[in-house]
Amino acid sequence: MSSQKFKEIAKLLLDAEIEKKEVLRITADKIPELTVDEAYLIQKELINLKIQQGLSVVGPKMGLTSRAKMKQMNVEEPIYGYIFDNMVVQEGSSLSLSELIHPKVEAEIAFVLDKDLAGPAISGVQVLAATKYVLPALEIIDSRYENFQFTLPDVIADNTSSARVVFGNQLRRPEELELDLVGTTLSINGEIRALGAGGAVLGHPAHSVAMLANMLHREGSKLKAGQIILTGGITEAILLENGDEVVAKFDQLGQVSIKITD
Amino acid sequence: MANELKKSTKMLADHLTNAYKERQGVTPLTELEPELSIQQAYEVQLLMIQREVEAGKQIVGKKIGLTSLAMQKLLGVDQPDYGHLLDDMMIENGGQIDKKKVLQPKVEAEIVFVLKNELKGPNVTATDVLLATNYVVPALEIVDSRISDWKIQLQDTIADNASSGLYVLGGRPRSIDQLDLGQIGMVFFKNGELVNTGVGAAALGHPANCVAWLANKLSEYGITLNAGEVILSGALSAAVNAEPGDYFQAKFAHLGEVSVRFDK
Repeated sequence: MSSQKFKEIAKLLLDAEIEKKEVLRITADKIPELTVDEAYLIQKELINLKIQQGLSVVGPKMGLTSRAKMKQMNVEEPIYGYIFDNMVVQEGSSLSLSELIHPKVEAEIAFVLDKDLAGPAISGVQVLAATKYVLPALEIIDSRYENFQFTLPDVIADNTSSARVVFGNQLRRPEELELDLVGTTLSINGEIRALGAGGAVLGHPAHSVAMLANMLHREGSKLKAGQIILTGGITEAILLENGDEVVAKFDQLGQVSIKITD
Repeated sequence: MANELKKSTKMLADHLTNAYKERQGVTPLTELEPELSIQQAYEVQLLMIQREVEAGKQIVGKKIGLTSLAMQKLLGVDQPDYGHLLDDMMIENGGQIDKKKVLQPKVEAEIVFVLKNELKGPNVTATDVLLATNYVVPALEIVDSRISDWKIQLQDTIADNASSGLYVLGGRPRSIDQLDLGQIGMVFFKNGELVNTGVGAAALGHPANCVAWLANKLSEYGITLNAGEVILSGALSAAVNAEPGDYFQAKFAHLGEVSVRFDK
């Protein structure tokens, strides 16, 4: 496959994001045989386009980190994408549905490293040793594909559905917490809609960061100090609607909220 | 009329007793008695328990069931139910479960309350529960059904002692101050593999809400929740099927771990 073709698809996905218009998944017609490696090349083109537009990377994010999602997509390994500065929404503020296509929200734990972390063979313990802070977050995902329907390569090419993120304002040192046991509830308009504990993310959110460092190593890259890293949904993703008051509460980590408008 | 009701209550209790005797699930009570009311279903349960007590068993606590929205939706109900814990239902932490003790077991993880003061409804609130609590501990509940293939409606499970089976207390007793029970996280393992996670709020928004509901429900029967009773407050995640040889373990934030193994 030519890199020109990958660039065209990256541009198509970027346009879909900017114009908030869903597109047919790539594997439906454009490249039915798209591989995971090729999908990451498309993602890289998409990231480059965003950087050319003046955006900067806040940090990488992990997706498909729950057993349920991995089984559903029939994969052995999670996937990763990138959060950009224009995706960050202030805690407690509002987000308009008009900015997105069909957004869903999930509750996550984010990491900030104080040292660079390069694979291979990074384990969760080394992640914790290199972590400056952990903080709670809401991630809003928004596939650019019709009806949120995609195969694994499709979602990788689409920057793993990254759309918006809300970070909580409470930073905690990782050694103060048992992150796999952090109880988390995701409520909308006062009703608990999804829940779980940190262990839902690959057994422990630090395992997710470790796996990310090792996956990045394969492409000659690494995790950098100061990046805010999203580890993956503790809860399932819930479709957002106009008027939703979204609150995620985390044991000992505080809460993160956002209001959805039309 | 009252006599007739009594007769069918006895008949239904005998029907359930057969499941224990034959060690095999029986037809749902709601098939034998389509008009079975919730009230009468509790009468069947109480009669069963009364017979157990007459046979020498002791009531050591209560359990609250159907505390998650998912379970309530599954059975099409909008309230929990409760059952009685008897002394022979206790399994020590890390212990083994004899095959003969269960029919079609499932395992779930819960927070157990032990009270220091009695609670008497009506009008008991979650705050009253917290103030009356001596300590909480993590627990595994082995739910089981005497109805074949778990084909239960609300009335079936109520009559069947709220599908109680066995229970395991673990971890270490913690007083409830400094704990936000609603946000306590839990991870659940079957044979070493993480199968689900949960949080305190899965039980009616907060485990103390479940105990308050129980105290108020029991007041309808003139029953008081006593100091020292073991109160299983409701599952933090979905029940998982148990097969012979399976090993279950739950880890709770702040409370510790609890585990149990089923005999091969």
